[in-house]
Amino acid sequence: MSYANPPASAHRIDDGAHVEGAVHVHAVSPRLLLTVFGCLLVLTVVTVAITKVPLGAFAIWAALGIAVIKATLVLLYFMHLRWDTPFNAIIFVSALLFVAIFISATIGDSNEYKVNYLPPPGSEIQAPQ
Amino acid sequence: MTAHAGTLPIGQAGDHEHGDNYLTHGRGIKSWLFTLDHKRIGIMYMILVCANFLLGGIFAIALRTMLWSPLRMFDANGNPTGVTQEQINASHNLYNHFFTLHGAVMVFLFIIPSIPAILGNFVLPMQLGAKDVAFPRLNLLSFWIYMIGAVFFVYILLSGVLHAAFGISLPGGWGLDTGWTFYTPYSTARAQGAVVAATLGAFILGFSSILTGVNFIATVHMLRPKGMTWFRMPLFIWAIYSTAIIQILATPVLAITLLLLVAERTLGVGIFDPALGGDPVLYQHFFWFYSHPAVYIMILPAMGVISDVIVAFSRKHVFGYNFIAFSSIAIALLSFIVWGHHLFVSGQSALANAIFSMLTFSVAIPSAIKVFNWISTLYKGDVRLKTPMLYALGFIFLFTLGGLTGLFLGALSVDIYLTDTYFIIAHFHYVMMGSTLFAFIAGMYYWWPKMFGKMTNETLGKIAFCFVFFGFNLTFFPQFVMGARGMPRRYASYPIKFVTEHHLSTTGAYTLGFGLVLVGIDWMYSLKRGKKAPENPWGANTLEWRCSSPPPHDNFATTPLVGDPYDLHGWVYDPATNGWVNPELGHRSSDSPSAPSHH
Amino acid sequence: MSHAATNPTVVAAHNGHHHDPHLAHHFETPEQQYQSGKLGMWVFLATEILMFGGLFCAYSVYRHNHPEVFEFAHKALDPVLGGINTVVLITSSLTMAWGVRAAQLGQKRLLIWCLALTIIGGAGFMAIKSIEYNTKWKHNLFPGSYNVYSKTFTGEETPPLDLAALNSEGHHAPAHEAGEAAPHPVKTIYDTRLVPHDPNAGTPDEAKIKPSFATSTGMVTQAPPAAEEHLIYTDLGRDRHHVTVFFSIYFLMTGLHGIHVLVGMSLIYWLLRRAIASQARFFADGLAVTGTGLFFVYLGWLIPLTFLLIGGAIVAAIGIVIALMFAGRALRATGEGEFDPTYFTPVDLVGLYWHLVDLIWIFLFPLLYLIR
Repeated sequence: MSYANPPASAHRIDDGAHVEGAVHVHAVSPRLLLTVFGCLLVLTVVTVAITKVPLGAFAIWAALGIAVIKATLVLLYFMHLRWDTPFNAIIFVSALLFVAIFISATIGDSNEYKVNYLPPPGSEIQAPQ
Repeated sequence: MTAHAGTLPIGQAGDHEHGDNYLTHGRGIKSWLFTLDHKRIGIMYMILVCANFLLGGIFAIALRTMLWSPLRMFDANGNPTGVTQEQINASHNLYNHFFTLHGAVMVFLFIIPSIPAILGNFVLPMQLGAKDVAFPRLNLLSFWIYMIGAVFFVYILLSGVLHAAFGISLPGGWGLDTGWTFYTPYSTARAQGAVVAATLGAFILGFSSILTGVNFIATVHMLRPKGMTWFRMPLFIWAIYSTAIIQILATPVLAITLLLLVAERTLGVGIFDPALGGDPVLYQHFFWFYSHPAVYIMILPAMGVISDVIVAFSRKHVFGYNFIAFSSIAIALLSFIVWGHHLFVSGQSALANAIFSMLTFSVAIPSAIKVFNWISTLYKGDVRLKTPMLYALGFIFLFTLGGLTGLFLGALSVDIYLTDTYFIIAHFHYVMMGSTLFAFIAGMYYWWPKMFGKMTNETLGKIAFCFVFFGFNLTFFPQFVMGARGMPRRYASYPIKFVTEHHLSTTGAYTLGFGLVLVGIDWMYSLKRGKKAPENPWGANTLEWRCSSPPPHDNFATTPLVGDPYDLHGWVYDPATNGWVNPELGHRSSDSPSAPSHH
Repeated sequence: MSHAATNPTVVAAHNGHHHDPHLAHHFETPEQQYQSGKLGMWVFLATEILMFGGLFCAYSVYRHNHPEVFEFAHKALDPVLGGINTVVLITSSLTMAWGVRAAQLGQKRLLIWCLALTIIGGAGFMAIKSIEYNTKWKHNLFPGSYNVYSKTFTGEETPPLDLAALNSEGHHAPAHEAGEAAPHPVKTIYDTRLVPHDPNAGTPDEAKIKPSFATSTGMVTQAPPAAEEHLIYTDLGRDRHHVTVFFSIYFLMTGLHGIHVLVGMSLIYWLLRRAIASQARFFADGLAVTGTGLFFVYLGWLIPLTFLLIGGAIVAAIGIVIALMFAGRALRATGEGEFDPTYFTPVDLVGLYWHLVDLIWIFLFPLLYLIR
């Protein structure tokens, strides 16, 4: 991570005139931008269409899977992670990891303790409306 | 406490040929409030944080004073004392406001910002040989956020105390009596007072903490000079870096928790309040997912200070550098998977209890690694008992006690007996106050000559240490005893059988308070009359000691040469300047100009 | 954020004492400064992820424990509007990414267009969002006491049995037309505990919730609805008092996201001003005032509130006057903006923020609108 070295993935601008003092970054080509945009649109349609298919418990995972693919596309191309220093990706992924720890432990626990809050047998009629 | 800043009596003696240091670089209050200099921002944090510490401390003394002789309707012989139920209720209400103010101010306004915001801001860029933190404007912004949040928060809490004590109603609400944890459903459904405002105050303060963390991470990554590899960083930087990881990963969860709390109280959204179909245990998961890591935001920087201080006063290379560095990171990461131990009796499931109890023990490993390495550093060292070192040794003793009692509490079966007793109070005061406050004072004494260019008075410092150390133990050790005997926390009164312990504890609190006042006098005295500090008064090899005391505006004209930060060979004491010099570095003595040649 | 940064490694390489106005004194090279800014932004984005993570956690816990409630209540949301908004936001992400490219390559006029389109995309998103919120408001589906399913509801309406009709019957269908009204919820929260009360008494579902002693908790009393069954309010049994929680979570998630959209729009507007030549910046301000005025006109028409309509129209007119006054200068001075290949860090960083806002919506859309 020493600043002395430019990022390994950096290279010259892929097109456009070379400007004196210009940047060592990757400018994403219009073609790639439009391709990614097209994929995002198609995946949006797919995620809507898939709700018409009875997938049962699998539906949520299908929806989340498509969302993850879309998010990955945005991250890699719109947010330049593909050409960025790997550490920026590490930061992002570790944030997701800690969210995952938080959510999974909390769901796991609430799944276990919720039985403690149900009324004893025979008293359901006291359940508030 | 240190209201000198506006008048700048220090560093103006013309004792350096160049004459200019960061304290004299600009004049007037605006040159401070809008400065981008990390050193000045650190000093401004110091003034505010110490003022808040004074406030929290006054209320700690007030709590202990109330507990010396709580109002009772019957005396020890069973005779009526003439005290009415209304008087007792009023006194209990006041007590609730007192302990909430003490806890909330100490946690949010003192311990969390103390070492990272004051010493981290001042020392971290200089230890890197850098001119500033990565984002100076962001740094100033987080100071301003802290200042605004602090004023807001203190106003809300103090208005509550005024209302409870004298019936004075200030606009904006009647304070907070929920404790610093804002537990639902009490805070959302029942508590009187300005819960929403206080919560928003804590929310604002959280942003200050987040932005400081962002800044330090970018600084450590991007501003290390050539030659300073990760494993040549001073251990203080490792500690601050680990702290910053926690600040950025945990504090946002507090922010959203507090927003949910506000929504719950204002709109009744029903996420946490069981009467509305919510789940109060969920609130505790949310809260402790932040607040347990926050405990390590409080202790990790302290460990960093101690690592540096121990080395300088043992005149010996630090023992087990890699272990200390990695244990900081390990503590930071482990801190995120143990929060459930705060919920053992809150309705968390038995399975989660068992898992969190086991995980909790794992934090003991990196903590113990640090303690063993500090002790090994001391072993056969040329130990010098200067004031900072006394506090560092005090830290090791108190942290060991606090850490070991933490294991008692992490053990599920023991915790169920001890939870919500004074045992917990004693445990976390040993860790938070006995450790973090001692390390903070150690760090302040250690870097004071660099900050202000003046030495502190050793004799007064050592006398103050004795009062602080014995006062501290006298306050909190009896609390272990009465906690184990069943004295519950957060009660304004107690059975007569605990009277001895409570009286000991209150006596200790006054002793401790007196000691801390002496510390403050020592610092004030140093600013007025302190001897001029040399460039390197302790003979440490980290880079902050390579510029003059106090440092010039830009710290270093050229980035200093980086080596092993704990290799003390070559530094010899120079009685002429009262400081240490290193001829091997071709280094100038502190009287020759340290050449901040202007760029 | 926003640390002035430039990236000309060439300049830095052969001049140690250059006076690059964008290079701060504590950085040695523009490259170091640029990478620091990006690192700081990514760390900040991580904090945003964690902050939204709390809401996703609340969502997951309630959805996991009360799936039928989510199945029932999400029908109040309009997947068509949600889908259109997804497309709008993705499109604005494209224009933002293209704007970063334009800034990197020094295509100054293209940059101005891209930033303007991105702002318009954000405004479109908020406009559609306000239509959705307005529908919820009209049907008493706001959080807390403003929710018809809440125990603390203060209005007179009765909770509809089925929410699917909300979208199929148009946006202004009153709630009680959506089906047979359910028994009105008891308003005080404490007396319900004292009075034994069977909420399903007399409904066709009464049989479903009679206690079973087959399990330790006795609570598996209600046959889970078949996958294709159309859930109505009375199917929810004792879970029904969590319906309001769904709406709370919906508003908290989309509300916090909406605040981020507004912050992002302000930041892009700040970029736009700097991308325009300095003597013509009032032109941009005029356009912004016009846009704000039009948005209030729109809100005034939507709610409807006459004073918002009129006030918005006045503001818009003032904005148009300002814009016209500076239009000439703006047209003459195109291509003189601040960003060029040696200095585009602010565009890059704001772009990252805008894409994160998009990223979060990519998850919110299926999780809230497309529950099955």
